[in-house]
Amino acid sequence: MDIQLKRGLLEVCVLAAIKNEDSYGYKIIKDMKPYIELSESTLYTILKRLEASEMLTVYSMEHGGRLRKYYRITDLGRRRIEDFRQEWKEMLAIYRFVTKEDEGNE
Amino acid sequence: MSKKEFLAQLRKGLSGLPKEDIEERLAFYSEMIEDRMEEGLSQEEAVMAAGDAAEIAAQIVADTPLLKIAKERIRPQRRLNSWEVVLLALGSPIWLSLGIAAAAVVFSLYLSFWAVIISLWAVFASFAVCAVGGILACVVFIAGGKNASGFAMLAAGIICSGFSILMFMGCRAATKGTLKLTKKTAIWVKDRFIGREEA
Repeated sequence: MDIQLKRGLLEVCVLAAIKNEDSYGYKIIKDMKPYIELSESTLYTILKRLEASEMLTVYSMEHGGRLRKYYRITDLGRRRIEDFRQEWKEMLAIYRFVTKEDEGNE
Repeated sequence: MSKKEFLAQLRKGLSGLPKEDIEERLAFYSEMIEDRMEEGLSQEEAVMAAGDAAEIAAQIVADTPLLKIAKERIRPQRRLNSWEVVLLALGSPIWLSLGIAAAAVVFSLYLSFWAVIISLWAVFASFAVCAVGGILACVVFIAGGKNASGFAMLAAGIICSGFSILMFMGCRAATKGTLKLTKKTAIWVKDRFIGREEA
């Protein structure tokens, strides 16, 4: 897959993983696993980028005698997901157009 | 491998990066390993799932901008005492000019590489212009009744277009190659900066 496209998709996936409740690194990877495999290094980079673009905020909370970092989605992050839905509708329309001829030939 | 060993190895691999960056990365991986252990994995398994520390470090370094690494290296590890400051100031006419000269050499090498490429493209452009010119001249000569000169011009035009196509492929390959070389050099320089502490 095109690297630029994949990067954008992964960002939205991570935002979706924290959409309903704040989450932490390992849980994000676990929640995404059935859909898309994500290495820890990649997740780190994505989280950093999302934090820099203010789509999520980070806070630390105690858990089992140690600190764990939690990630919370911002309004900007929610808007990104909404934009993604719109973009994807357009993409689907294009996809249908591109594959229309193939179906006709079969 | 234990978690401690894994983190130590990772720290060693990242030694050229800014301190805050290293600590943040280590905390991230440490949290991951502990979360995996909490799920029932043994320490050994949890570390294994994180991957190879040296490989992770190499990837992180490759993704870090060169400037960030260079800045970190240049920063002194401790405060300089007054004598060192005086010596540095007195020596500045020497080390400063040497440094500037070294940077200029590197820069000019880089520039001359690109100059060669630009001139290659210029040769391609001139061939292409000659090809078009030859064909136009052919039309003009034939319209003027000079058929022999016209055909000679056409032949020259076709030869030039052949050369220009060859030149285009060569130029493209040279440009791509130089871009790749630039990237490789950047990674090599980073490895030099970091490698010193690994040894």
